[in-house]
Amino acid sequence: MGRRVAICAVSQIKNEPDIWHQRFQGMLLDCFEPIIEQTGVTFDMEKGIRDVLTCSDDVFDARTISDNGMQDVVGAHYRGEEKMAQDAINGLGYAMACILSGHDDVVLYLAHCKESQTESRRMNTNLGYDPFYCRPVGLDFINACAFQAREYMEKSGITEEHLAEIVVRSRKNAAKNPYARENGKVSKKDVMKSPMLCDPIRELHHYPVTDWAAGMLLCSEERAHEFTDNPVWITGFGNCMDSYFLGDRDLTSNFALKKAAEQAYAMAGIKDPRKEIDLFELNDASAYQLPMWAEGVGLVDEGQGGAWIDAGGMDASNVNLSGGMLNGNPVMLGGLARAVEAVIQLRGEAGKRQAKGVKRALAHGTTGGAGQHHAVVILEKGVQ
Amino acid sequence: MEKKRNRNVAIVGIGETKYSSHREDVNQPEMVHEAVQDALKDAGLSINDIDCTVHGNMELFEMIHQPDLWHTLGTGTYGKSAYRLTTGGTTGSTVVCAADNLVASGMYDIVMCIGFEKLQEGHTTGGITNMADPLWFRKLQTGALTGSAGYMMMEEFGEERAKRAAMTYRIIMDKHACLNPNSHRAFGLEWDQLEDLMENSPRLVGELRLIHMCSQSDGACVMILASEERAREITDKPVWIRDHITVHREESLNVFGNDEKHPVKMTHRFAAEQLFERNGITDPVEYFDVFEMYDPSAWWGLDWMREFLLLEGDEHLKLVENKEIMIGGKLPINPSGGVIAANPIGATASVRVAEAAKQIRGNAGPHQIPTPVNHALASGFGGTFWTVLFMLEKELSW
Repeated sequence: MGRRVAICAVSQIKNEPDIWHQRFQGMLLDCFEPIIEQTGVTFDMEKGIRDVLTCSDDVFDARTISDNGMQDVVGAHYRGEEKMAQDAINGLGYAMACILSGHDDVVLYLAHCKESQTESRRMNTNLGYDPFYCRPVGLDFINACAFQAREYMEKSGITEEHLAEIVVRSRKNAAKNPYARENGKVSKKDVMKSPMLCDPIRELHHYPVTDWAAGMLLCSEERAHEFTDNPVWITGFGNCMDSYFLGDRDLTSNFALKKAAEQAYAMAGIKDPRKEIDLFELNDASAYQLPMWAEGVGLVDEGQGGAWIDAGGMDASNVNLSGGMLNGNPVMLGGLARAVEAVIQLRGEAGKRQAKGVKRALAHGTTGGAGQHHAVVILEKGVQ
Repeated sequence: MEKKRNRNVAIVGIGETKYSSHREDVNQPEMVHEAVQDALKDAGLSINDIDCTVHGNMELFEMIHQPDLWHTLGTGTYGKSAYRLTTGGTTGSTVVCAADNLVASGMYDIVMCIGFEKLQEGHTTGGITNMADPLWFRKLQTGALTGSAGYMMMEEFGEERAKRAAMTYRIIMDKHACLNPNSHRAFGLEWDQLEDLMENSPRLVGELRLIHMCSQSDGACVMILASEERAREITDKPVWIRDHITVHREESLNVFGNDEKHPVKMTHRFAAEQLFERNGITDPVEYFDVFEMYDPSAWWGLDWMREFLLLEGDEHLKLVENKEIMIGGKLPINPSGGVIAANPIGATASVRVAEAAKQIRGNAGPHQIPTPVNHALASGFGGTFWTVLFMLEKELSW
């Protein structure tokens, strides 16, 4: 396709266990203002933002039409607004479509999720299952992950030690990220003794309930110079849906992720992701997912997740230098957080965790239990 | 500002379920599947031809978190790209806007958009009330019911004329609904009932009476959109999407205060002005051959005609009084019967686009307008006065 879309600015607040002192609107305003400040973008009907994208969720916000409460904050005064109702990373694909179609040339994107305000782990994700078969038996996103974890660990030789290593590394990386939750460091022993959340997933194997918001300004290639001299380009996007019933799925096949990655690679002209991508941010809601998704995007041979960790693959390939979702991002925003981190790395603004020579990065997000839906974005640094 | 489309997009397949108060014979994915099957059959395509789906509804109504995950069973999205976007009542329009953008961008050639609602499985007025801010507005909210449009019209045009025009609008909608086999409510109202209904239909809020108000319905509406190249292969009756615009207002409607010099205009008028200006439409009543309007009540439908069609004074009342909005009139509005005839909320705005497109194709069924339909307008409504407006064309000639 050969056309690309610019990310001109990103903003975020710190990931926190419980932002009790602010409503959603305040969290978003703290992301909105830096974008206006950094880019000088306006809401002018000819030259400015005519359409805004948001991401939030009715069930998590406990409000019908959850974006309704955001209109005042995101500038939707006689402007368009549309809400992504899946992991926010999909908004990057949709913003790309809005811009490449010619319908928009500047899109503001703001996303929030305040998990602390709701019974996010059990009740809300239990509501993600049908009321006839799955909901009554208590299926939720955690125990769906547990089925997948058990099967994947068997397939790829993942041990308790591997999972502990992933968690310890995540905490260590997150300590260098000023926007990450401050969870404190843990030892492998702490992880392996952590209480069982949903066998084989222990409490420390799973991301903690978190509040967060983030924003981005996206625009067409032609107009990027108006808003930034350090743009990051979206050059590829793909997403894909797997079957609904867990029993209908091959839980470790990475079926949907492989298809999503294929689409993104084709769009970005990538033939060998291992050679052509310098940094990976994978949506690891649970520790076992990091090597599993690494297999899915083609970074690791199928079934070799365990061996890859043993060989130091996570550091060698710059995987989740942010700490990952595992250190704490809210569900719905786990994928967007990966993209925000990749943009910061490509801009060379990642401070203590900055990787050297990063020209092209992959960000990944999932929606639904055990990764029913996957999205992959390819981001590139480059002169205009 | 004129927009440069990357490539042209057409509606090539349309599917609707029958709308009804209780679809107890099917669950949600089964109901959605009916419309998906109908749309595929209409387009002469199989599910394998679809590259991507866009799904939308209001999840708190049925209390399913991200229902597209479960609905994969009925939508056939397995192995395909999938997006989910929601914007309240305008969701049905937003999924069509999204499908248009996704195809026009060149990222996908054929996209299927799905709007649905199964309101019987939830509590609609409770759900709508729950959209209001819990600290400031929730105790004042009465769901979607408001008597203010009726009150303002009676102030402006006198009680008798306003009430009579609103009931005339209502009976016209029912006469249209009686022709549409998919209608949820088609009563067979007669003109000699007009005075009786005006005075004796139960009041909901002020002069908003039960007969004026839309229903809550179950149903789904699906459309298949394709790039120009694919559209020409698929059908000899593509309906082209010329342009669309989304205009929202903030939740606290008076956040910028009331300025006497610059009165806040209705989003409907703002959207229409912008859309028509950038497409060079100066006289919408002359230009359009049909208007499918998201009219939640007869009062709102009557009042909003003035805004969408950029009319002044009592021009909109005259169009209704002279029955120019009936099938066979100068500008038929809602030959489908409109929202008062069927309101599966997440699908309602999709139905406006779908019905307008069927009118252009000339195969809407018993409610087909007898004269040629070349240019159609379709609107969506939701949130705190949010509006989406679509222009559809028979020919690629603009």
